[in-house]
Amino acid sequence: MSTGITKRIIACLDVTKGRVVKGVQFVDLIDAGDPAELAHLHATSGADEIVLLDITATSDARPILIDVVRRTARQLFVPFTVGGGVRSLDDASALFDAGADKISINSAAIKTPEIITEIAERFGSQAVIIAIDAKRKVGGATSGEGTVAAEVYLAGGRIATGRDAVEWAREAESRGGGEILLTSMDCDGTRNGFDCPLTAAVATAVNIPVIASGGAGSGDHFVDVFKAGCADAALAASIFHFGIHDVRQLKAQLQNAGIPVRLPC
Amino acid sequence: MITLIDYKAGNLTSVRKAFSYLGQDSVVTDDPKQVREAQALVLPGVGHFCTTERLASSGVRDAVSEAIGRGIPFLGICVGMQWQFAGSTEAPGTEGLALFEGTCERFQTTLKVPHVGWNRFRRTRQGAQSRLLDGVPDDSFVYFTHSYRAPVVDGVSAVTTYGETFASAVERDNVFGVQFHPEKSGDTGLRILKNFCSAAERSAR
Repeated sequence: MSTGITKRIIACLDVTKGRVVKGVQFVDLIDAGDPAELAHLHATSGADEIVLLDITATSDARPILIDVVRRTARQLFVPFTVGGGVRSLDDASALFDAGADKISINSAAIKTPEIITEIAERFGSQAVIIAIDAKRKVGGATSGEGTVAAEVYLAGGRIATGRDAVEWAREAESRGGGEILLTSMDCDGTRNGFDCPLTAAVATAVNIPVIASGGAGSGDHFVDVFKAGCADAALAASIFHFGIHDVRQLKAQLQNAGIPVRLPC
Repeated sequence: MITLIDYKAGNLTSVRKAFSYLGQDSVVTDDPKQVREAQALVLPGVGHFCTTERLASSGVRDAVSEAIGRGIPFLGICVGMQWQFAGSTEAPGTEGLALFEGTCERFQTTLKVPHVGWNRFRRTRQGAQSRLLDGVPDDSFVYFTHSYRAPVVDGVSAVTTYGETFASAVERDNVFGVQFHPEKSGDTGLRILKNFCSAAERSAR
């Protein structure tokens, strides 16, 4: 039976100091533009969702930029997720008030997992995305059984936690998380493709949608992450910002590969 | 003027923003008196069905029933649409308005639940002349996010398939409901909200 649901293509805006930036493996940031303008551009170009991450809010120990969120949300009529520096129910409430549909939590969820349940009870699980930045463990290659050992990192990849990515994803789901945003730190910014084995390991371990992130460089990479990686959605930033890849063109390629997408869009 | 009912669950910002984009004034309230006097009502909703319990205890539920009785246009979104049914197994003790028969139940599927993302709808025979869906072709994509779904019964104007077929829109007289989020469904969703605004205008005349 047809599921009807389509695989989502999500455009991500990594923001710092109110500007969209892009780095390679979380460092060497370059300017890519204004968040509100880029969000609107991506939505009208066919992106199914927009994610805005304030990538230095946690490391700078400051709140997320609410005015940027409000300005970006104003004329955006596709789902809009905001993350970075969400530490409390109040932080989350302020973002929802500013126009976010979902919030993404990363460091705070690891440090105080109760916050997941707290926000989910108030705003619903559909509004709570658990962001997991994972790095393969040395010697932790895929075994014959397909298990993948990856460690969870915090604060934009600056702090190792010792937590296993799959195990943490399961816990986050049980605490009320509505989706998992899984970023492969090994692949992020390389444009060499998503970490499909890691994505598949997480996607098959939980019963909530998994968004794959990190490594998108070509249409074939998206085909791979939806097929081999079992991802429900895939997120990319740089390839869209610089217009290297047209979202509609990408979706046409996915459709030709037998992957259901929102097209026309 | 469209009155958005606030029942302290989820957030109203997105819906309000969409109406504002369409040039439609809206006001947010949890006051039964204001609900009773509204020209058009919208009950947005995300989250748990039990949150609608507050509508009964605050007197808003009775005010909504009265307004519907007078033919005031009423749009329920997501949980707001589910509330137009008799109830939901998500919160067995909480009664809906029972404008449509049957109870909302959790998806019975091996697929992932919640059903999150863009999916299509198609009109039922009853929905062929739907005012809410006017100008929006079948198989248009709209954005869903929910774990419970409403049954396909009398009054259902459109259905969607996710492992099983469920009600994605309802319509009877001036009562409208959508399981998806029109405020998050791009141009398709804005057209649907505009259609509701038109129904509200006609009714206000």
